[in-house]
Amino acid sequence: MEISVKINGTPQKHEIEPRQLLVDFVRSTAGLTGTHIGCDTTSCGVCTVLLDGVPVKSCTVFAAQVDGHEVATVEGLKSNGELHAIQKAFTAHHGLQCGFCTPAMMLVGAAFIEENDNPSDDEVRWAISGNLCRCTGYVNIVKAIQAAAEERRAQ
Amino acid sequence: MYPSSFDLTVARSVAEATAALSEGGEDARILAGGQSLIPMMKLRFAFPSLLVDINEIAELASLERQNGELRVGATVRHADVAASDLAFGAVAAAAPWVADPLVRNRGTLVGSVAHCDPEGDWNSVLLATGATVQIAGADGSERSIPITELIVGPFTNSLGEGEMLTAVHVPVPSGASGGAYLKLERKVGDYATVGVATHLELDEDGRISSAGIALTSVAPSNLKATEAESVLIGESPSGELFAEAASLTADAAEPRSDIRGTAEWKRNVVRVYTRRGLEQALSQARSS
Ligand SMILES: Cc1cc2nc3c(=O)[nH]c(=O)nc-3n(C[C@H](O)[C@H](O)[C@H](O)COP(=O)(O)OP(=O)(O)OC[C@H]3O[C@@H](n4cnc5c(N)ncnc54)[C@H](O)[C@@H]3O)c2cc1C
Ligand code: FES
Ligand code: FES
Repeated sequence: MEISVKINGTPQKHEIEPRQLLVDFVRSTAGLTGTHIGCDTTSCGVCTVLLDGVPVKSCTVFAAQVDGHEVATVEGLKSNGELHAIQKAFTAHHGLQCGFCTPAMMLVGAAFIEENDNPSDDEVRWAISGNLCRCTGYVNIVKAIQAAAEERRAQ
Repeated sequence: MYPSSFDLTVARSVAEATAALSEGGEDARILAGGQSLIPMMKLRFAFPSLLVDINEIAELASLERQNGELRVGATVRHADVAASDLAFGAVAAAAPWVADPLVRNRGTLVGSVAHCDPEGDWNSVLLATGATVQIAGADGSERSIPITELIVGPFTNSLGEGEMLTAVHVPVPSGASGGAYLKLERKVGDYATVGVATHLELDEDGRISSAGIALTSVAPSNLKATEAESVLIGESPSGELFAEAASLTADAAEPRSDIRGTAEWKRNVVRVYTRRGLEQALSQARSS
């Protein structure tokens, strides 16, 4: 079947099989490998993409289901050659170690600060509770998301 | 991991969905949020030949109050319920505790109800609040049954071929009422080790006019504690009364020892959570 989808703002058409998973579509068909595959069993959240602005686990959505919708990945965070506030904050606050969970954490963070631009520690931790990080212990991830929220607030 | 091949119909209306379902026969399935079905298909526990995607049916996306009921359409996500001011009592209490934020963004309340996983949270809430489910059939028929008649057993509902759920209706009490959902989980986002939904309504004299208690993860299906409910009705709330109801609820539970804990311990958690849940429901009712 053929699907039409906007990926990071660019309209695209692709021929796919109904059983193709969105994560595989994004990585192999669209060639955007910033979206990772971890558990492949809906547990870790590293495959997070934004579907119409909402963070979802792309290993648990069929590519066919994004027909007519918009998908955003970590590659789309940057705009006009400038890093997104969340990317700057993750850099400044050392919000990553190995970086495997980072694209997903930043997408969840970017969507979250649009809803809450002054979050407490607990609110951030709750928002990222679908995303596992095996390295950082989360402390700097929380700080980075709060810093990005502050930046958002200032805008 | 990839599921085995299947055909996909993206339905644009309920009529289209039920027609496709009945044409597909017993190997056809509805695809709602996919947060239970897709993992099962990837593990090849399920291998439907046809999926009928209902996510593009606009009329199923509404969450509203009408005719004294909270109506949750078939594509309303767990996150929509958690964010809504219309949710109340046990419904509002349970929503943030279903799965994790990413699964809540995609998974649906109605899909969870259809799935009949004894570890699913929503069916306990619906049993406690006396909800009904709305069913559409392929011939354009519509019917409504109480949640007690939908749940047949573990992962088994009473829907016939070509039938689907279009909505869940939860009655909104007109008088003083309150509810709670207490869930013990090993880690954030986990299924319940024990979950207890409670619901109370009070009459003008402060007596209990309606009571609901139901359990998650401690029986082959979500379990309605009918005996405990009946000792509450018509009585004035008291610590002793709640303790009696809690112990009847614990007696009714059928927990099994597993990796999450022993049966004996879970039964005790049921008792403690039922008492606490009733107390929370009562204080909410008194301040409502
Ligand atoms: C990591 C993880 C953690 C989870 N934790 C919890 C938890 O703590 N508590 C909890 O309750 N659940 C939990 N879940 C399950 C989650 O809530 C699912 O969203 C829910 O069980 C199914 O809803 P769905 O919309 O995703 O349905 P789907 O996966 O699309 O469908 C599930 C089943 O119901 C059928 N179905 C769906 N909609 C209809 C309909 N309208 N009419 C007829 N049949 C229908 C489908 O055919 C399928 O058989 C978890 C899931 C994951 C992946
Ligand atoms: S890869 Fe999708 S949740 Fe882990
Ligand atoms: S930085 Fe390594 S998993 Fe998060």
